[in-house]
Amino acid sequence: MKKRKARLVQGNRACAEGALAAGVRFFAGYPITPSTEIAEIMSEELPKLGGKFIQMEDEIGGMTCILGAALTGKKVLTASSGPGISLKQEAIGYAALAEIPCVIVNVQRLGPSTGGPTSTAQGDIMQARWGTHGDHPIIALCPSSVYECFTLTVTAVNYAEKYRTPVYVLLDEIIGHMREKVEFPDISELEIIDRKRPDCPPVDYLPYKIDKTLIPAMADFGTGYKWHVTGLMHDETGFPTGKPEIIDAQLKRLMNKIEKYEDEILLWEDIETDDAEILIVAYGSTARSAVEAVENLRTEGIKVGLFRPITIWPFPEKALRSKLENVKHIIVPEMNYGQLSLEVERVCKDKAPVSGLYKVNSLPLSPNEVMAKVREVL
Amino acid sequence: MRPDLQHLFRMEKLPHIWCPGCGHGIITRAIAEAINESGIDLDKTVIVSGIGCSSRAPGYMNFDTLHTLHGRALAFATGVKLANPELNVFVITGDGDATAIGGNHFIHAARRNIDLTVILFNNNIYGMTGGQYSPLTPTGKMAATSPYGNPENNFDVAALAIAAGASFVARGTAFHDKLLVNSIKEGIKNKGFSLIEALSMCPTSYGRRNKMGSAADMIKHLKDNAVNVVTAQKLPPEKLEGKFLIGTLHYKPYREFTEEYDKLIARVQKEGK
Repeated sequence: MKKRKARLVQGNRACAEGALAAGVRFFAGYPITPSTEIAEIMSEELPKLGGKFIQMEDEIGGMTCILGAALTGKKVLTASSGPGISLKQEAIGYAALAEIPCVIVNVQRLGPSTGGPTSTAQGDIMQARWGTHGDHPIIALCPSSVYECFTLTVTAVNYAEKYRTPVYVLLDEIIGHMREKVEFPDISELEIIDRKRPDCPPVDYLPYKIDKTLIPAMADFGTGYKWHVTGLMHDETGFPTGKPEIIDAQLKRLMNKIEKYEDEILLWEDIETDDAEILIVAYGSTARSAVEAVENLRTEGIKVGLFRPITIWPFPEKALRSKLENVKHIIVPEMNYGQLSLEVERVCKDKAPVSGLYKVNSLPLSPNEVMAKVREVL
Repeated sequence: MRPDLQHLFRMEKLPHIWCPGCGHGIITRAIAEAINESGIDLDKTVIVSGIGCSSRAPGYMNFDTLHTLHGRALAFATGVKLANPELNVFVITGDGDATAIGGNHFIHAARRNIDLTVILFNNNIYGMTGGQYSPLTPTGKMAATSPYGNPENNFDVAALAIAAGASFVARGTAFHDKLLVNSIKEGIKNKGFSLIEALSMCPTSYGRRNKMGSAADMIKHLKDNAVNVVTAQKLPPEKLEGKFLIGTLHYKPYREFTEEYDKLIARVQKEGK
């Protein structure tokens, strides 16, 4: 066993190191607080590994540049925040429709608009789901610790490659800038997934083939497959089509390819939920306050538990419903005005009432505030 | 279609969608001819485009082709080229795509002198959306959104590229076919950012509004008003009034971005700094 050393590491650095461990060898981005450390670290580390870093002229350039790189076969990453993520939305839709694997780290800051560059928030939950126009699938992972910033970025890269889709890693400013003592797994201990590449001759290659897997193989540019990529509605060959039945079949495949694999995509954690009468649903840095609240309230004999969705999108609704047997009330603390609450309510409203605990003023939600809310609904 | 160029096209995708009289078909064929004569590896060639009439060209061409977002062809192409510098990367773009919505990527790709061969189909108008004025619509000209004449100044896109750092800049037209093919070949040869501005004609959305006559009249206009840059040097200024220059306008090779990045990698891996 290789001897490892525990280190004090920042969340943003953990994301960058996770990406490198997962095989990311191309980064394009634009400086923005509070995500910039990721770009800085990638600019330093990628050349050492023969990878490429480029600081683009704007956020849109950062997003579109990684898509070009991904088409040559590279695993790619960009990182941004608030205004930058808004600017990237058109290209994220392109990645979804053209099915180009890529990972976007969003270190959430207070919004809307310029908002609070160094202030924490969780206001981009619905943007991650619906930020670009049109129906499309998305995967969004939400770490709660520095360690998870590393492991979930590895997972995000794997998911992007496996499902040919854009994947978000949604940090909030607290998680991005927090430092914790960690000991990351060695690369040899990680499962690393590469995209499926075609094994057929170029003449038979269908880059958007509809088969049982729903995930077509993807050829690297420059390997003789000579395929066409477009953001227009396209058929199995990748060329534009206006035929309603083909558009329908391709878009259904696109939506279903994530749904079909939900059992292997969905991640969550639950604490003290077996007998819980009050269930807190929290994610990101807010979940850390919720954990402390649960621990404190349990010492008083209050039957409270925590359900922490790690994949925010798709939302682990079956898992959440399975924890509701004794639950009389659900509390959703968020640093927004009730974004994931809507989803929790959709999933749980026939079982228990859902109360939000919302705070959007640049400050984190404290354990005391969560505890007070629990006492309020007791 | 000339038999010697057919392998460069996806013949089953033709005929193209462009209007009768459009110059884009001529320019697309000129690109294929230049690629053919350059002898570059066709499997290692990627053609990237944005959105607009010209940006539909790659769909007809038998390469790895990437039809991207409006204005973003150069940013996608930067990713393709930097990720795999072995690839020959072409960008097909239009006047609106490259100089309005994509203007920022245009100047920065030129500034980096990244090895891309950019063919800008300049028809002076947004054709696909029905003829609105672009940054290359000359002042005073009529367009769907300048019904009283274009009140804005237009760019000289060749001058813009030179100022921004392009190492090769040429201008051709849909009439001056041989010269256009040669300019594209020179652009391919240049290791750096090459811009070939290819003047096209849009009888449907531009010529019609500006009473420029038929497509044949418009191509004659290109013929009559173009002056070769070599000839121009011998002409007095008054002879050049109202004319435009064609040929190689600028050629000054210097450090290319992807080569420099590879050197950086080699240095960091060897010396750690």
